[in-house]
Amino acid sequence: MDRPGEGVLLDVRGVTKRFGGLVANNDISFRVGAGEMVGIIGPNGAGKSTLFDLLTGFQPADAGEVLLDGRPITRFRPDEISRLGVARTFQKLRPFTQMTVIENVMVGAFQKTTDLARARRDATNALERVGLADKAESHARVLSTGQRKRLELARALATKPRLLLLDEVTGGVDLRSIPGLVALVRELNAAGTTLVVIEHNMGVIMDVSRRIVALHLGEVIADGPPAAVGRDPRVVEAYLGQAYVR
Amino acid sequence: MPRPLTFTAGLVALALLLTFPLVFTLPYPRDVMIRIFLYATLATAWNVLAGYCGQISLGHAVFFGTGAYTSTVLVKSLGLTPWAGMLAGAALAVALSQVIGYPVFRLRGHYFAIATIAVGEIVQTFMINWDWVGGARGLFIPIDRTGSLLAFQFRDKQVYYYIALGLLLLALWVTRRIERSRTGYYFRAIREDQDAAASLGIPVARYKQRAMAVSAALTALGGTFYAQYILFIDPESVLPLSLSILICLIAVLGGVGTLWGPLIGAAILVPLGEATRIYLGGTGKAIDLLIYGFLIMVISVVQPGGIMALAQRGRRRTG
Ligand SMILES: Nc1ncnc2c1ncn2[C@@H]1O[C@H](COP(=O)(O)OP(=O)(O)OP(=O)(O)O)[C@@H](O)[C@H]1O
Ligand SMILES: [Mg+2]
Repeated sequence: MDRPGEGVLLDVRGVTKRFGGLVANNDISFRVGAGEMVGIIGPNGAGKSTLFDLLTGFQPADAGEVLLDGRPITRFRPDEISRLGVARTFQKLRPFTQMTVIENVMVGAFQKTTDLARARRDATNALERVGLADKAESHARVLSTGQRKRLELARALATKPRLLLLDEVTGGVDLRSIPGLVALVRELNAAGTTLVVIEHNMGVIMDVSRRIVALHLGEVIADGPPAAVGRDPRVVEAYLGQAYVR
Repeated sequence: MPRPLTFTAGLVALALLLTFPLVFTLPYPRDVMIRIFLYATLATAWNVLAGYCGQISLGHAVFFGTGAYTSTVLVKSLGLTPWAGMLAGAALAVALSQVIGYPVFRLRGHYFAIATIAVGEIVQTFMINWDWVGGARGLFIPIDRTGSLLAFQFRDKQVYYYIALGLLLLALWVTRRIERSRTGYYFRAIREDQDAAASLGIPVARYKQRAMAVSAALTALGGTFYAQYILFIDPESVLPLSLSILICLIAVLGGVGTLWGPLIGAAILVPLGEATRIYLGGTGKAIDLLIYGFLIMVISVVQPGGIMALAQRGRRRTG
């Protein structure tokens, strides 16, 4: 965990977020090295999605700092953070339903080009990577949940991010699609993208990432290799009675 | 339709429109066509902001009035040609749109629409009370019978016809350019989900301002044209809420967020307005609005995408 400062891509320092009396994120700190794949786990309401909102500028943090490549991005707007190379997906999917699949992805691709033909090419590439190229001309609204997840992933990928934050890629997806999505996430990481992945499915997360950060009631309760985190008594306690512990 | 066919059809339509005033020499049919072009231009301009970028403005009369008042004041006070006044009006409308947009774009959905109504009412009230620009009495444009093109006044409606057609073509061309650019994709993304748009790197506020600027400029051009066509303006004719609503209704009827929708809407609603005025007598105005309102209710229940959506559905069935 203690790595030298230069390999660190994302440095989260004591971020706190309150919603009225509720402390959704309480003094959260962790670092993500370039090229790493970090899993984030925690029971419902632990504060995982809120953490992503803080990292990407969708919610202002009440305290703490977020650094990307050593530069503070704490007060930046979502679009600015995106242009610095941080892409995200949303837990509640947000496809542009009145656009076709390729148009959706082109919106992402336009971050790196103003040329229509090039955006189309880049978007097609991203769709191929997620295995959705055959649906390019379909309307986004006709896609299944699994396909929508892939679409959202392709859209984020089309911005060519250095750091990709995925909020529950396998949530709400039928079981048969999960292995494909997991393989895809692995591939992305192998191709050099740094990943932070929120995942409810413990089996999935233990399998794909070599490091896990566990949240509970807004606080980091464990940070380390999957096996160690899985055995951590605080994690076991936090998950006690939760159906998805396997 | 295959591309070459569409292109040919467009050329034929354009040729027909260009010869229309040569065949129909009476003022009345020309006047109806001019109004169709003008309202189609306004609705096309509105469509850039509301249809593509999803920001429903009900205050666009402000920009129309800005165009009308700017050129008129400049011709009266400085003797400046209305053509230059037209550009000045567009520039002022852009500046005004940015000032209005800055606070108003912080609001979403219905709140945005309501705020634009408020801005429209404030501007109208302000102009009613500003005596230097005629107050409630309005302004006459000084008659210039030199017949010079620079004066922007013509005995023959034919010239107005071609100018109005030119404005419409300009608005359509601008829309087409936007549609086929990154900006057009960004506008549509913002319309659909501005958070998702921001997460992909789109500076949402800046693009809304851009949509507003384009929309305001085109609307202001229409305002100057109106002033030079009617030769009289007052807050009641160029700044009313009913104008803002009518522009919106035309686009909604034809189909928002489509290139041709606003033109189709104008081609239907303007003659309809004329008809009700003829058959229902002098009090036609309020009845127009009743009919418009009824039409909008029917559209939103039966075919929310407007006539363009109907046409597209038909095409899909036959194709
Ligand atoms: N905008 C908001 N306003 C008020 N409370 C909020 C808001 N967003 C989240 N919360 C609350 O903050 C807490 C953390 O929510 P968050 O969505 O971050 O949890 P999560 O770990 O992502 O949960 P899940 O696994 O269900 O997605 C919850 O109690 C939630 O109700
Ligand atoms: Mg969540």
